Amino acid sequence: MTEQSPEIETPKAEVDTEPAKPVPPAEAAVAPANPPIEPVVDMPLLRIEAVGKKFGNFRAVDRLSLDIRAGEFFALLGPSGCGKTTLLRMLAGFETPDEGRILLDGKDIAQVPPHLRPVNMMFQNYALFPHLSVRHNIAFGLKRAGMARRDIAARVAEMVSLVKLDGMEKRKPDQLSGGQKQRVALARSLARRPQVLLLDEPLAALDKKLRESTQLELMDLQRRLGMTFIIVTHDQEEAMTMANRIGVMDAGRLEQVATPRELYEAPRSRWVAEFVGDVNLFDGEVSSREHNRLMISTRDAGTLSVVQPREPITKTAVSVAIRPEKVKLSRRGPASDADDAHAINRLEGVVTDVSYLGGLTVYKVKLDSGTVLRSSMANTARLDMDAYAAGQRVVAWFTPDDCVVLEQ
Amino acid sequence: MSTSNIFARPARLATIAPYVWMVLFFLVPFGFVLKISLSQTAIAQPPYVPLFDITEGWAAIKAAFGQLSLDNFRLLISDSLYIASYLRSIVVAVTSTAILLLIGYPIAYGMARLPQRWQPIAMMLVIVPFWTSFLIRIYAWINILQHDGLLNKILLALHVVSAPVVWLSTDSAMYLGIVYSYLPFMILPLYATLTKMDASLLEAASDLGASPREAFWLVTFPLSLPGVGAGALLCLIPIVGEFVIPDLLAGSGSMMIGQTLWLEFFTNKDWPVASAAAIALLLLLIPPLLLYDRLQRRTLEGAG
Repeated sequence: MTEQSPEIETPKAEVDTEPAKPVPPAEAAVAPANPPIEPVVDMPLLRIEAVGKKFGNFRAVDRLSLDIRAGEFFALLGPSGCGKTTLLRMLAGFETPDEGRILLDGKDIAQVPPHLRPVNMMFQNYALFPHLSVRHNIAFGLKRAGMARRDIAARVAEMVSLVKLDGMEKRKPDQLSGGQKQRVALARSLARRPQVLLLDEPLAALDKKLRESTQLELMDLQRRLGMTFIIVTHDQEEAMTMANRIGVMDAGRLEQVATPRELYEAPRSRWVAEFVGDVNLFDGEVSSREHNRLMISTRDAGTLSVVQPREPITKTAVSVAIRPEKVKLSRRGPASDADDAHAINRLEGVVTDVSYLGGLTVYKVKLDSGTVLRSSMANTARLDMDAYAAGQRVVAWFTPDDCVVLEQ
Repeated sequence: MSTSNIFARPARLATIAPYVWMVLFFLVPFGFVLKISLSQTAIAQPPYVPLFDITEGWAAIKAAFGQLSLDNFRLLISDSLYIASYLRSIVVAVTSTAILLLIGYPIAYGMARLPQRWQPIAMMLVIVPFWTSFLIRIYAWINILQHDGLLNKILLALHVVSAPVVWLSTDSAMYLGIVYSYLPFMILPLYATLTKMDASLLEAASDLGASPREAFWLVTFPLSLPGVGAGALLCLIPIVGEFVIPDLLAGSGSMMIGQTLWLEFFTNKDWPVASAAAIALLLLLIPPLLLYDRLQRRTLEGAG
């Protein structure tokens, strides 16, 4: 963690910091086979149009559409088997879509073989060439592009210092640590200055500490190079830390595409709410609408008052989602003279479990209906006089604004 | 510690066993051959002198030692017959190995790229001919290649040739026999190397702009070199000493060293010269054997 904080503050001079739009000028030199195309106005850099892929009877990607803008750091998030890797491999060219189009800069590349695409990929297992040194691994793509020998040497040197591998140029992959291999793989995939860099679980093989510092470095790199990154991950924290936008995938479909904040605070489906972060869910029915509130009568938590969502709810069967950190605990509930006090949802119960996690404490509260509600509270003071103990009777409360109504 | 003690004794025996084997069945016979190669031929039983006879005492053995000489080795160098045999052995072995590599590599490559469930079947097809006796297979070739054999009959029937072609007792027939017999030894190590190769390396190569052809020459082939080395040496070394195939299929014009050895031993009954030729052959094979050993070790280190 210590070595990259100055790195973030002082962008190095040798790095190409000019803005990437519409196409980096170096692109022409790197990939003569793919002359830069006039950017189409109002066209995203990458447009995935109703792309589908089946393996036998298994529909890995199901007529999926997605736009990705130039300079975005986009994350494809989903459980294993959701089709995110298949989608990425179709972008790289290792799989051919059965249907749909993949437009890069307005040109359909769905049937273009991988070696002719201005896209590079960083592999999950790094796929470094074991018989080549670090230098020759990084130079591999540049040589294929027919770059002049002197330019290759300069670019390799630039890449080596970009990923901080100075002095390791002559080593073979089996003489490198996991973190160093990861950097070589990154440098190799960046060397050709691809229009889009695809990253397949790039940090999965690193330990937690290294993973966190590498996340920051990747974000910093992406900003400085102004490149478009598409990362595939099953780790939601990783996706939320790094990406500008996240596409959550399940069963070959995009469940929701949103910024990390939107995804967490305004999940569009029960599935997304449960997949991203922790959530308390109460099933119920809309009983009445008053002002901008919906009253939902639930089986397990009585009638809850929630804010009316922007898109009107049409079904009556709904779920109320509330994140644990939005559930506050107190001995007597919120002060009754507070504004809107009548609208605050209060649930009474007994603390059954206290998990102290350092920064926060997670309480499990067994409501009188028998349902368990989770509440997490930040430990803002070292000596917390307000901590609750198991067996204590408490009031759990949350505001209508903190609830999300989801159709079932 | 107690658990390791349980295994200590059998483990030590197991490490000794190969050495015992080597001493009993290689070093001791090698000592005999070496001694015979330093003796002189004689019309006797056995057909050489001196003989070591422990019953006649220390002085006699000392005298016998005095009679040993390097004359047979001098003969090997001075007589062009032997040098020609050695040269022919090397030429035949190198040429055959090159042909084997050219044929074996594409087969092994194709096998390694077959769908997983077809690979064991392909492997069986390579190995199955071994279930028939080697000699029978060579005799079958004689049948096919002879004057009124299958090959000539087919060629005549197809009007490719107007008169039977002489196939048998030519170098072509010998090369055919050698390549046919040794092909599995070339294919199997190549296949083992190629099938182990990480498919994502080829994807990475194509992702970085390498065409399928470039990906093969820049990634697949260099990474398969240990297999190429193993296969080549596995064929080269025994072919140098090959006797049966050249004897049955090649003409009698020139001989490989194996045939010369046979001639000295069984026709000329000159055991000492034959022994010297055998020792010289062994010395000739030591450099490629060492190379093979080094390649094997490097592959093991790479795996570990």
